[in-house]
Amino acid sequence: MKQYWEIFVAFAKIGTFTIGGGYAMIPLIEKEVVDRKKWISRSDFVDMIAVSQSAPGILAVNISILTGYKLKKNKGSVVASLGSTLPSFLIILLIALFFRQFEHIEWIQKMFKAIRPAVVALIAVPVFTTAKAIGINIKTVVIPVIAALLIWFWGISPVYIILAAAIGGLIYGYFHRKYQ
Amino acid sequence: MIYLQLFISYFKIGLFGFGGGYAMLSLIQHEVVEQYGWISQQEFTDIVAISQMTPGPIGINSATYIGYSATNNILGSFIATFAVCLPSFIILLIIAGAFVKFRTNRYVDDAFKGLRPATVGLIASAALLLMNPENFIDHKSIIIFIAAFVLTMFYKVHPILMIILAGISGLLLY
Repeated sequence: MKQYWEIFVAFAKIGTFTIGGGYAMIPLIEKEVVDRKKWISRSDFVDMIAVSQSAPGILAVNISILTGYKLKKNKGSVVASLGSTLPSFLIILLIALFFRQFEHIEWIQKMFKAIRPAVVALIAVPVFTTAKAIGINIKTVVIPVIAALLIWFWGISPVYIILAAAIGGLIYGYFHRKYQ
Repeated sequence: MIYLQLFISYFKIGLFGFGGGYAMLSLIQHEVVEQYGWISQQEFTDIVAISQMTPGPIGINSATYIGYSATNNILGSFIATFAVCLPSFIILLIIAGAFVKFRTNRYVDDAFKGLRPATVGLIASAALLLMNPENFIDHKSIIIFIAAFVLTMFYKVHPILMIILAGISGLLLY
């Protein structure tokens, strides 16, 4: 029982103090579960990150599930992911309950008028940083361009784009091996 | 049955959400804005802003927020948040035993050769969808967008600081 509580507290701490989620959480989780609590070895942790990134879903939740599972199987994974999601759940719930009362205040409206285009910029930046990070070149740039146009211009569900991309990757891999 | 729709939408978002928070945005947007109209484009942008400044991943934050605004009930928040996490549980608990095998699986590798470049397109579509008249109300919006883009891209200004700066400029400009 004590260890469940410890797992919960460790992940709740991480969930409370990482603003922006996902990647920002990785170093904090590493510090907590590898360095401080010594629950997991560093090499296991690196494997977990790799699997968390390849599995669908929210990265922070995936890491919590895998760490919790490693410690206390199924129950551990529930406790760890509860810990990491509960703080943001409660904070956002409070905001959802009260934001509608505040959003009509004049100075808040003024701020959000300027915040909205800035947020769009915050989303536009990772288009380029991600493209650079994964090494998009003249040949492969056609994939993101078509994907973006299909979703943006023709309103195709991203679900189909994701399925098509994964299947495309599998077909490419098959022929690549066959003719090598 | 809005609760069931919420559950299905967020289950889908959890199941097909590859490539991190920003890539997930277009999926969330497609479901909650375009498909069901639970919130407006503007509200969606506001949620992204709020999410950048509060703890936790955008996937959870949007589920909690939209779950509430779609139903006016905390149960909606709970269902959406639970649903977005559920596919992760199912998939990871299945592969937990064959962990290392999954990591080095050639088919997973192959699929990601297609998924990775598509992720860039997903993020781009999220940005393009948000470049709409609801968010860009006048020429000042365009100037703010360019300034925020340059500051974040080239001067590595932190997103939270960027939102605060934008907020202050809003007080001065509007």
